[in-house]
Amino acid sequence: MADAALFEFLHTEMVAELWAHHSDPGPGGAAPASHLGPATFSLRRAAPPCIHCPGISDVPSLGLQHSGSSGHPKEIRASRLPSGHTISTCRHVDRHQGQKMSLSVLEGMGFRVGQALGERLPQETLAFREELDVLKFLCKDLWVAVFQKQMDSLRTNHQGTYVLQDNSFPLLIRMAAGLQYLEEAPKFLAFTCGLLRGALSTLGIKSLVTASVASLPTCKFQVVIQKT
Amino acid sequence: MSRPAHRRPEYHKINKDLFVLTYGALVAQLCKDYEKDEDVNKYLDKMGYGIGTRLVEDFLARSCVRRCHSYSEIIDIIAQVAFKMYLGITPSVTCNNSSRTEFSLILDKNPLVEFVEELPAGRSSLCYCNLLSGIIRGALEMVHLAADVTFLQDTLKGDRVTEIGITFLKKLDEKKYRRKK
Repeated sequence: MADAALFEFLHTEMVAELWAHHSDPGPGGAAPASHLGPATFSLRRAAPPCIHCPGISDVPSLGLQHSGSSGHPKEIRASRLPSGHTISTCRHVDRHQGQKMSLSVLEGMGFRVGQALGERLPQETLAFREELDVLKFLCKDLWVAVFQKQMDSLRTNHQGTYVLQDNSFPLLIRMAAGLQYLEEAPKFLAFTCGLLRGALSTLGIKSLVTASVASLPTCKFQVVIQKT
Repeated sequence: MSRPAHRRPEYHKINKDLFVLTYGALVAQLCKDYEKDEDVNKYLDKMGYGIGTRLVEDFLARSCVRRCHSYSEIIDIIAQVAFKMYLGITPSVTCNNSSRTEFSLILDKNPLVEFVEELPAGRSSLCYCNLLSGIIRGALEMVHLAADVTFLQDTLKGDRVTEIGITFLKKLDEKKYRRKK
């Protein structure tokens, strides 16, 4: 749908530009650097949630597996994208600090938008009886409103952790399926994690939302409810 | 793209709001990153340009526009087809010079500023919608048309309407111009 297209184009551009912007040492168009070696991206962040890819910690009673990501390091490496890829403006950095800022910036923006969207929801949706109803609402109504499709699966351990799985996440669908862009995928999930967290916040739920990708375009959003 | 599920009217609005709200968050973030309005404006234009170069293909795939033979036809398509398709509005078009290379799109209603009451304090030269000028410029360039696109009037700066001025820079050469597939 055309009205969804504009958001997707804007999101793609934001991922490319904010990433480059926060990682560049200075203004000006530097030529893309060659592969600079692994840049360990650690996810220590106190209050706002962190995005890590690809493995999420197993929630025992959910019986989840790491979906083939065993052995994949919990790092995000800066790497050269093949030319002709849609994200031609992505720059390659080994600045730990820059990467951390970019994901949190995107997540923060998603959070504000999620809050604002939450306030625009029809009033009857705000009277939920249980937490699970809220998550079901996110999976069905919110996801349909935002991405024109429902979430494909929702699992929970009934103790405050939920895993939402989307088998063809629209913001990843334009990239080649499989493992080729696994390392780039987290950048495309940060905004949506914030969106979920923001919507939950408007619905009265404080949470931590992380995302993981085992193989594009399938991704999982893990929502952990924070008990105050 | 998978077929959309049946959407209730209010969810359709949410989808429209999503772009506008995201854009607002982006402008807010850029205002944090850059002190000078000109830098924010430039950055928005640059991002818009990047979007425009890709959006034009999406547009051509969705619409069945005929090959254009004049700048006026192109402007009409931008106003009546493209704006309608992506933003749900149809600006009116005026031609500003006799050689028919300068045009204006007049927007009575600008969806991008729906949730913006006024420019933030100290940001009086901020061109809030500058992404649009970059998009138009980038899209035109992809079909081999060079143009200057600027905001001539801005409701956030006190004007009654939003006016986008488009000036084509090179004479349209029929032999060179081909509709991009």
